[in-house]
Amino acid sequence: MNRIAGIIVVDTERCKGCGLCVEACPKKIVRLTEKSVNKKGYPYAIQTESELCNGCTSCGIVCPDGCITVYRKKWKEEQV
Amino acid sequence: MTKENIINPQNLVYKKPSLMNNTPMHYCPGCSHGMVHKLVAEIIEEMEMTDNTIGICPVGCAVFAYNYLDIDWIEAAHGRAPACATAVKRLWPDHLVFTYQGDGDFACIGTAESIHAMNRGENIAIIFINNAIYGMTGGQMAPTTLMGMKTATCPYGRQADLHGYPLKMTELAANLEGTCYITRQSVHNVAAINRTKKAIRKAFENSLTGKGTSLVEVVSTCNAGWKLTPVQANKWMEENMFPYYPLGDIKDTTKE
Repeated sequence: MNRIAGIIVVDTERCKGCGLCVEACPKKIVRLTEKSVNKKGYPYAIQTESELCNGCTSCGIVCPDGCITVYRKKWKEEQV
Repeated sequence: MTKENIINPQNLVYKKPSLMNNTPMHYCPGCSHGMVHKLVAEIIEEMEMTDNTIGICPVGCAVFAYNYLDIDWIEAAHGRAPACATAVKRLWPDHLVFTYQGDGDFACIGTAESIHAMNRGENIAIIFINNAIYGMTGGQMAPTTLMGMKTATCPYGRQADLHGYPLKMTELAANLEGTCYITRQSVHNVAAINRTKKAIRKAFENSLTGKGTSLVEVVSTCNAGWKLTPVQANKWMEENMFPYYPLGDIKDTTKE
């Protein structure tokens, strides 16, 4: 079976915690940190259940500061 | 499949355009300017026009746009970006010349320059960010402020007898002979961002092929000025701005 795995890398120091990526994620797996903040004092975006991510790039496209880099890989399940 | 296997340059599907540098942006969190800056950078990269593009900065929130995109920029006097772009385009006819203006710059102090540049049919592209408020100076009433909308200088809401009506610059521009492509777009979700990207690309191509003035209005949010969170501001824009500023192409003479 073909599988797609995605992962996002957030530039946490550039992130301003606007939350637009949280709203844009169709799988609802991006959220803002609750307790930690970056050097500027903003909560930043993190990915919670990365195994659900399919690398659709929605979060990256809506990010006003361009903090999100998205990677996507397709592979066959037998190879795992 | 481990994380290290996926995070690999060959699996990269989306990253910040390389024309956009790492200078931290001064915009408020969730500001629409960031999205439009990113689109402009992506389009110039895709068109391979990095060395042949001249942008004209406005006065307003986007006044520091030259700090964020690594192309040639000129900072024009308040509202005079279309006049400045006229001179640049006439001197460098093979260059891509665009202005990036807000509603205070394009629709208020620079109305004369905007209308006359479009009426002359200068081969420039104009990106007009309409957020219905003066964002940089602290949320005062703009010509594009909606009826009944509360701002710092109309705390009881905009009233027609006192403040007049919101100015639809884009519809006004569509009546001018010199314009070739007039559209109104938005950047509130992924689909809208993709449509805006197509519109800006078309405007840039019109500038290069010399078909006339192109105007892309981007209805955008000012969550700090509207005193809402970025997500609430997008919802407020969909409910209140879109009925008055409907999205879509208004004029396109390049089709035939």
